[in-house]
Amino acid sequence: MNRMIDRRSLLQATGALVVTFSLTPSGAEAQSASAAKTVSPDRVDGFLAIGTDGKVTVYSGKVDLGTGVLTALTQIVAEELDVPMSDVAVIQGDTALTPDQGTTSGSFSIQNGGIQLRQAAATARRAILRQASVVLRRDISTLAIRNGVVGAAIGPNLPIGELVTDTMLARDIDKEAPEKAAADYTIVGKPVLRLDIGDKILARFTYMQDFKIPGMLHGRVVRPSGFGATLVSHDTSSIAHIPGIVKVVRIDNFLGIVAETEWSAIRGARQLAVTWSKWDGLPEQDKLWQHVRDTPIVRDDVTSSVGAARAAHAAAPRQLSATYDFAIHTHGSIGPSCAVASFADGKLTCWTASQAVHDLRRQLAAMVAVSDADVRCIYVEGAGCYGRNGHEDAAADATLLARAVGKPVRVQWMRSDEHGWDPKGPPTLLDMRAGIDPDGNVAAWESELFVPDGAAGYVTLVGAGLAGLDSLGKLNPGGVLNDLAIPYDFPNLTTTAHRLETTPLKPAWIRSPGRLQNTFANESFIDEIADHIGADPLEFRLRYLADARGKELLERLARLSKWRERPKPDRNADIVTGHGLAYVKYELVRTYVGAVAEVAVNRKTGELAVKRFHVAHDCGQIINPDGLRNQIEGCIVQTVSRTIKEQVTFDRSMVTSLDWASYPILTFLEVPDVVIDLIDKPNEAPWGGGEPACAVVPAAIGNAVFEATGVRLRSVPFTPAKVSAALRAA
Amino acid sequence: MAPTSLSVNGRTVAVTVDDPDTPLLYVLRNELGLHGPRFGCGLGQCGACTVLVDEAAVRSCVTPLSAVTGKVVTLEGLGSDANPHPIQEAFIAEQAVQCGYCINGMIMQSAALLKRNARPTEQQVKAELANNLCRCGTHLRIVRAVMRAAGS
Repeated sequence: MNRMIDRRSLLQATGALVVTFSLTPSGAEAQSASAAKTVSPDRVDGFLAIGTDGKVTVYSGKVDLGTGVLTALTQIVAEELDVPMSDVAVIQGDTALTPDQGTTSGSFSIQNGGIQLRQAAATARRAILRQASVVLRRDISTLAIRNGVVGAAIGPNLPIGELVTDTMLARDIDKEAPEKAAADYTIVGKPVLRLDIGDKILARFTYMQDFKIPGMLHGRVVRPSGFGATLVSHDTSSIAHIPGIVKVVRIDNFLGIVAETEWSAIRGARQLAVTWSKWDGLPEQDKLWQHVRDTPIVRDDVTSSVGAARAAHAAAPRQLSATYDFAIHTHGSIGPSCAVASFADGKLTCWTASQAVHDLRRQLAAMVAVSDADVRCIYVEGAGCYGRNGHEDAAADATLLARAVGKPVRVQWMRSDEHGWDPKGPPTLLDMRAGIDPDGNVAAWESELFVPDGAAGYVTLVGAGLAGLDSLGKLNPGGVLNDLAIPYDFPNLTTTAHRLETTPLKPAWIRSPGRLQNTFANESFIDEIADHIGADPLEFRLRYLADARGKELLERLARLSKWRERPKPDRNADIVTGHGLAYVKYELVRTYVGAVAEVAVNRKTGELAVKRFHVAHDCGQIINPDGLRNQIEGCIVQTVSRTIKEQVTFDRSMVTSLDWASYPILTFLEVPDVVIDLIDKPNEAPWGGGEPACAVVPAAIGNAVFEATGVRLRSVPFTPAKVSAALRAA
Repeated sequence: MAPTSLSVNGRTVAVTVDDPDTPLLYVLRNELGLHGPRFGCGLGQCGACTVLVDEAAVRSCVTPLSAVTGKVVTLEGLGSDANPHPIQEAFIAEQAVQCGYCINGMIMQSAALLKRNARPTEQQVKAELANNLCRCGTHLRIVRAVMRAAGS
C-alpha cells in the first residue's frame, strides 16, 4: 500500500478544497494552471486544506527523513486545530503542492517548520471560530473546537467541515493569531505512536527504493575510475550478450546503462568495457592534514571576538595549545540513493528522497535547460538521510537517462556509487590555544578552524558535472562555522575560521556539520584546560557558564550520571574505565545538551568500548517525547560510530572505502547503553532534537579516555592504532 | 528460458528470468512485488535483503535464484496485517524504527534466531544481529523488541 496514493484517494474521497493530483506523470502534468494550489509559505492555504468532512490535509515542505517528524508535525496541527490526529494527513515535499520551507536539515523541522504549521493552524482555527460565531449566532469568546466540532459549552455545535468555505483558508498567516496554551495540550507532548512504523514493520510502506511507475526502465551509472578521469572509450558490443539492454548513454564523461530489468542494468554497468584516462589529482591520504594546512585560504571568518585574545594569550604566564582533526566521513545510508525520472514533452517529473525538492527542481531545470515551471520534484521517503547525500545526484542520473531514452527511468546507486560518490563531510582541522593567568583563571581562548569555503547551498550534481552541464553547484560544505564560538565567558577570546579554496573530496553537510567537529575541539580543549588548572571538568564548566538554563542542565546531568560520585579509574589495569563530560548550546541559540560517556580502554590493544552515555537534553517544548528519545539515541549511537570507527580512505584517484568492510560502522555488540533525562519546557519554543546530541559525543569519549589513561585523543576516529600510539607516546 | 519454480510465502510461483544467476532479491522485489527485502549493499554485508529459506536467515542479494531450493519467507509472509508475527508486534510496541530501511533484516534475522532459540539472552540477540547494519542508531530499541518478542 502506498501512503501517498492513500492520501490522494483520501483527498479525492473527501472532496477537500484542493486540486487532485496523481503520482503518474500524466496526472502530474495534467494539473491545470487555474486549479494550481498556492505554495506560498505566507498563506494558510499554502499549508492547509480542510475538506467538507472535516479531514485536514497538511502540505509540508519539511519532509520526514526517517526521523518520525511527520508524526510530530501531525501532532502540532491536530493540537492547534483541535481535530483528531486520524483526521490529519500530510503531503510532504512536492514542488507543485508544498511551500518551500528550505532544506530539511539542521534540526529545524520542528523549530521552523512546525512553528509555521502551528501559526497556519492557529490562523485557520480563528477563521473557523469566526465563521461559527456567525452561523451559530454566538459570541466568539464562548466558542471552542473540540475534537473537530465547534460550539459553546452548551448549545448547538457544528463539525468544522460544515463551516469551511472555499475562501476561508485563502488568507495570510497571522503570526499573532492566538495559539493554544501549552496547559491545554492533549496531543502535543504525548508519546504518540509514530504513524509510519506499523506500515514499515508490516511491509506495507513504499520507500523511494520501492517506488515505480508504469513503463519504467532501470538505469545504472558507470562512474570514472578517478574523480577527474575522462572517458577515453567504451564498447557497447561488450554487453550485447545481456538481454534487455535498451541503451548505453554517453554524455561527455557521463556514462549510464538503461535496461528493461534491474539485473540487466546492473550486469551491463559491471561488464561494459570502458577505458578512462588516468587521473591522480587527490592528495596522499597520509599527508591529508598537511594538505589542508597548505590549501590556499580565500578569506577568514571571525565568528566571535571578545577583548584582545592574541595579546592576552601572549601575556599569560601559562599557555596551552593543541591541534584537533576530524576525518572525512560518508553518509552511509543503508539504502543507496534512488530516483525515478519521467521526461516527456519538455516536462520533467522526478521522484526522489531529497531534503530540498525546491532546490533540486531549480538544479535539474538548469541541468536540462528548461524552466523551473516545467520541473516537478516529489519527495518519497528513502533510507535514513543524515544530510545532503546522493539522492539529488541519483535524480540527475535518472533525468539524463530518461531524457536519452524518452521513457521513465529508475536509478538506484550501487553501494560503491554511494560510498564513492556521495558528498563527504570535509576534513576538519582546528588549532586551539589558551592562556591561564597567575590565579589559574582562563585569560584567553583562541581557535582557528580550517574548513572549505561555502555554506549550505547548491551542491554540484555528479551526473551534471560529468556530462559538462551546469547544475548551479558550488563548493558548499554546509554551515560548518556553527559552534566554533563557545558558550563560556572568558575575558578575551577570538574564534576564526580559515575558509579554504578547495577540499579533496566534494563536500556537503552530514548530521551536525561543523557543529560536531567544532564541539569536539572546544569541549576537549576545555577539558585540557580544566585538567591543567586542577579543576573538575564539571565544576570548571559551571564556573565559566553564565547561562542559567545551561547550568540547570549540567546539574541534572551530574545527578543522572552520578558524576560527582564516579569511581576513580585504576590506571594500572589492562582495561581501565573513565568518564568524560561534554556540553553544547547548539549554535549558542537553541537546544542544550550535556553528556557523560563511560568508556573502557584496553591498554594492550588500544580498543575502546563505549559502555554507556548519560544525556541531559533540553530542546524546549517537547512535541513527542518517545520520538525525541529515539532521535537522541540515534544521535549518540551514530556518532559513537563516527567517532571511534569511521573514516573515508582514498588513493590518488578515488575513494577506496567503497563498501562496509572498508568503511566499518558500529555493530550491535559495540553499542552503548543510552540513559536520557528529557527536560521538558512546555511553555518555551520547541527546538530540534535530530542533531544537537551528536555534537557532544566525540569530546565526551575523548575526555573519558583521558580520565582513564591520562592520554588525549585529538584525532577522530579514535581507532585502536591511534589509541595505542597515543598510549605508547605517553 | 524455462520458468523456475519457487516456494514463496507458502505459495508456489513460477518465475522466468534471463539469467539463472539473478539474485533472489531482484526476483522477489521486481518479479513478485515483495518489497520487504531491500537492496542495501549487494555484497551480503548489511543484511537489509534478508529472507528466510527453510527457516534460516539468508542474504537474498548474493543468493542466485538457481541456488534456491527451499521454502522462502519474506517479511510479507512472516505475519499478516490481521495476525502480525510476535516480533512484528514487539517492534511496533518498542517503536524500534527510525527510517526502517534495515528493519526487514532485523526482523527476519531475529525470526531465524527465535526459531533456533526461543529464549535468547540479550548478548545472544546482539551476536545474532552483529552482521545486520543499522545507520540510524536504532540498535537499543531493536534489541529490546527482540527480547520482548522472546518473552511473549
